[in-house]
Amino acid sequence: MTSRLLNILVFPALFAVAALAAHAADTAIKIGEYASLTGKEAAFGQSSHKGTLLAIEELNDAGGVLGRKLDLLTEDDQSKPGESSTAVRKLIARDKVVAILGEVASSRSLEAAPVCQAARIPMISPSSTNPKVTDTGSYIFRVCFIDPFQGTVLAKFAKDTLHARHVAVLTSVSSAYSVGLAKFFKDRFTADGGQIVSDLKYSEGDKDFHAQLTAIKAAGVEAIFVPGYYTEAALICKQAHELGILGVPIFGGDGWEAPELVQIGGADVEGCYYSTHYSPQIPTPAVQAFVKKFQARFDGQTPDAMAALGYDSAMVLADAIKRAASTDGRKIRDALAATKNFPGVTGQTTIDAHRNATKGAVIITVKDGQFNFLQTVEP
Amino acid sequence: MTEFLQQLLNGLSLGAIYALIALGYTMVYGVLRFINFAHSDVFMVGAFVGYFVGQHLPHSTVWGSLVILATAMLACALLGMLIERLAYRRLRGAPTLNVLITAIGVSLLLESTGQAVFGAEPRTFPGVFPVKNLTLGPLVISSSQLLVIGVAAALLVALQFIVFRTRIGTAMRAVSLNPKAAQLVGINNDRVISFTFALGSALAGAGGVLYALNYPSIDPLMGVMPGLKAFVAAILGGIGNIPGAALGGLILGTVETFVSGSQFSTYKDAIAFGVLILILLFRPAGLLGKFTVEKV
Repeated sequence: MTSRLLNILVFPALFAVAALAAHAADTAIKIGEYASLTGKEAAFGQSSHKGTLLAIEELNDAGGVLGRKLDLLTEDDQSKPGESSTAVRKLIARDKVVAILGEVASSRSLEAAPVCQAARIPMISPSSTNPKVTDTGSYIFRVCFIDPFQGTVLAKFAKDTLHARHVAVLTSVSSAYSVGLAKFFKDRFTADGGQIVSDLKYSEGDKDFHAQLTAIKAAGVEAIFVPGYYTEAALICKQAHELGILGVPIFGGDGWEAPELVQIGGADVEGCYYSTHYSPQIPTPAVQAFVKKFQARFDGQTPDAMAALGYDSAMVLADAIKRAASTDGRKIRDALAATKNFPGVTGQTTIDAHRNATKGAVIITVKDGQFNFLQTVEP
Repeated sequence: MTEFLQQLLNGLSLGAIYALIALGYTMVYGVLRFINFAHSDVFMVGAFVGYFVGQHLPHSTVWGSLVILATAMLACALLGMLIERLAYRRLRGAPTLNVLITAIGVSLLLESTGQAVFGAEPRTFPGVFPVKNLTLGPLVISSSQLLVIGVAAALLVALQFIVFRTRIGTAMRAVSLNPKAAQLVGINNDRVISFTFALGSALAGAGGVLYALNYPSIDPLMGVMPGLKAFVAAILGGIGNIPGAALGGLILGTVETFVSGSQFSTYKDAIAFGVLILILLFRPAGLLGKFTVEKV
């Protein structure tokens, strides 16, 4: 008799208390983030995560969004294919996030985007530039420019600044970003009258490029375009000099931006060029204020483009949630699509009909182991 | 012509590394009749040992590189013996499939432990060997490429000497021919097998350091691709045959280099495995191997 009384009175009471306690914790808005915190592109994930974290902390210090704090849940995809979709599935199903931020690498964004689209959870990529990412569906956005623009910028740079008519292209076949950027560069460069004398490939993880570089040297080129990621780019520059390819500028896209480029490449990356989304040396007040905030928070480290875009992606999301006045996926998506002239660190962000942002690019050159701002190119 | 010769040189250098790793595979197969899949990860451990020792040595000295090489070879020899003792010894009479699966398990264990302990991001190997680019007319050879070819040749000669002109080498050949009979004539099989593993792993360690000196970016999964290619090389030359492994390594390295430098560079990895399929279809014993038929 007593045990039945216990069952009827005590357990429901306990349950009610637990439910109330859980509900109290529920007032935070959960935002998911997946990034390559470890692995071959760890530099990207670490950088964009720091930018995103800074934004979230800043928003929370100012009182949060819609009166609620933001809770950032981060998953590491280890730079490996297959991990991104698992991470995103976990964030959506188990952690019940209202939106997803990620990823830097186009291949991994392409992997996770269908998952977000099917679950009707908005996803904002900070710096994936392959156009196919946002083509996945109406819930996928990005806050950076896309590769057709970047390819054009680099083709014009090769022609007008480097004065190169004969260029070799060395593409990474295992990355969607590299293949896409190479294609857009080649289209524009040949349309402008240039000639691609050598079009060779490598795979991510390759360490030996002597064979490709020997063929490139024999073809006689004025510049070498390497639209890949920083680890291989640094080794390519090193081995090019080893093989005696001197005085030939080597240039690439935003995949080069990482401190490891200089760590691995050393003196061999001096004088190389790459395009990216922003430079901490741009003298506008918005950029300089951001740089100071970042340095104060992260031990004096200077934020690179991935950090700046990570920051912007979180800020744009928060702004959209505010305008939507709700955490419903559909309303956030509509608010994101309506983003106009949002003042971001990487420039005024307007989301267009294809859910991409139109931004300018900057060309960086490596000098004395530092990334120096060379020129801005507006769309 | 210059391009051809330059690519040949590149191919020899790459092939020498494959040859070093392939020798380990072939020796263990010769003595124990099974493929040690953990071999490629011993190669990785060698590179990491070299990395950590190299941090304490001055840059650009020849003796520094030799110290790293010796330390890595020693460490890998010990690791190889340890793996044999713990993972393979108990399974000596067991069906081949069990040992194969264990080998794969050891390989995964080494890779995952490496990732957990060292972190998955690539590290820069210290530039311990003086890198100079020597020009022979229009050809450019880097001193590290010469080091690879030189050390690989020296190790191959040393291996031939050990296997054919020493007692332990004769014992190895005896065990590989007939383990039971070898025991009957008084050979301690356990010691011989341990020695074989030590030797093979030391070569893998040397391969790891040489690879890292040439391509200074190391990570815990760096052994997977070179290991697979070296395995193909060992099969190409005839598994169990020492000169065959060396030949297979050189051929594979050269073919891969020529493909990389041509318009089919996308398929360079596919070519290596295509070669494996062709060899197994048309000459399963390999180029220098003999197909032994069990006569009842």
